[in-house]
Amino acid sequence: MPIPFSAQVINMCAALLLLIAFAMLSQRRVLSLINLFALQGLILAVSTTVVAYSSNQHHLYYSAALTLLLKAIVLPVILYKLIHKLDIRWDVETMFNIPTIMLVGLLLVVFSFNLAAPISQMAGTITKSTLGIAMATVLLSFLMMITRSKAVPQVIGFLAMENGLFFAATSATYGMPMVVEMGIALDVLIGMFILGIFFFQIRTAFDSLDLAHMEKLKED
Amino acid sequence: MSFSAIFLQLIQNLLVLLAAPLLLGWVNQCRAWMQGRRGAGGVLQPYRNLIKLFHKDAVLANNASPLFRVTPYILFACMWLAAALVPVLATNLPLSPAVDVIALVGIFALARVFIALAAMDIGTAFGSLGARREMLVGFLAEPALLMVLFTASTISHSTSLITIVETLAHKQFMLYPSMAFAAVAFLMILLAENARVPVDNPSTHLELTMIHEAMILEYSARHLALIEWASTLKLLAYMTIGIALFVPYGIAEAGNWGGLPLAVLLLTLKLLLGGAGLALIETVSAKMRIFRVPEFMGTAFLLAVLGLLTHFLLEV
Repeated sequence: MPIPFSAQVINMCAALLLLIAFAMLSQRRVLSLINLFALQGLILAVSTTVVAYSSNQHHLYYSAALTLLLKAIVLPVILYKLIHKLDIRWDVETMFNIPTIMLVGLLLVVFSFNLAAPISQMAGTITKSTLGIAMATVLLSFLMMITRSKAVPQVIGFLAMENGLFFAATSATYGMPMVVEMGIALDVLIGMFILGIFFFQIRTAFDSLDLAHMEKLKED
Repeated sequence: MSFSAIFLQLIQNLLVLLAAPLLLGWVNQCRAWMQGRRGAGGVLQPYRNLIKLFHKDAVLANNASPLFRVTPYILFACMWLAAALVPVLATNLPLSPAVDVIALVGIFALARVFIALAAMDIGTAFGSLGARREMLVGFLAEPALLMVLFTASTISHSTSLITIVETLAHKQFMLYPSMAFAAVAFLMILLAENARVPVDNPSTHLELTMIHEAMILEYSARHLALIEWASTLKLLAYMTIGIALFVPYGIAEAGNWGGLPLAVLLLTLKLLLGGAGLALIETVSAKMRIFRVPEFMGTAFLLAVLGLLTHFLLEV
């Protein structure tokens, strides 16, 4: 059975999202992480537009525009300004054993592909086969948050996870209702502002953005 | 087998043999331009180097065994065979049934084993150092290369490179997400296997960093010339495998002689672009530490496996 061309484009976008998720997992530089995050937002917007076009769901055009504006432009710009002000543009994080992290990521991918297989068989959407990739993106971003010790990469992991969830919603049910999507977009934006303020607070308190310092509750 | 097919096969074999140094010259020239240099001798410089080396008298160490002497010929034969087998112009040549991707990987492995043995043969420190590093890179790159080729094989249900190319180039056009992963993995393997910059620097003899150059330090004159020529053939073979897997469009169909001029033109264009791209990668990236190489190759393997997984999720 030949796959329609629009579905091929969506599948390609899904594969690129997964590729970016792995690139983020192994990226040491904060600046490159933000670039990758912006690219992820852009691909997400493209894929949502194609879904909107091929399924005639007009509200998805608005989601795509919102995604493009917020996740490919506004949030990366805020992050750029933040790392510029915090003076951590060229920060290189010491990460241990990237191959092991990547192997765990591979296991997560196998797990989510298996988990999504029965669900996507029942779904009737054009994007049903990408559900596994969406779940894998969510789990990989989660893994990224776990393995990082600095604050900014953790926040980027959180935002990437939100991207994955958005992609999952698009692929399983052609997106959430518009109100919910607007709400989430606002939440993410406000969350970003609050976290940005937190960065400065953390740094004045601990002289570093390494969150390992926060594990101790009191001075000894 | 018709006479014209055999003739075309001979043409292709000679063409890859003569064009391989030109490709290296083009890559070096592009690299010079991108780094703001004029470039020494232009694109024809590799030919001049080869001619110079062929005119010199060979010097051999006293304790060199016959293995050391035959290795350049074996290496050259392996690489010429590999480069000549890859379908670049047409898909119905007399040697076509032999172009199995696993056999291709086997040919590369054979060459690698011999050059590593020859490097250790003299017993100098640099030789065995280079041989060990080469085997480290090789044993990580080989499974990754196989996984890339298997990804293409699962799409076309065959390990014959001819069938793969015909499926990808002449059947109905499709976007294969799995091939996107495979392409990134293949690029990383190409850089590692051909001793290009992020993994190895082909133009340095710094003892801390060299891999490929350390193995061939003891060779001179015609032996060295054959090895250098074999390296250019290997680069060409990898490039054409990449073209065959990822952008095979334009290759002449079976029995279509009229398509040949277009095929030659497109192939030249693809190789020029590929060479410029390789030079760009080499210009913008820095040589990595040798202990980062396993990480680099592990990533390539992982991406290839991901490609295979994505194929089963998205394309069946």
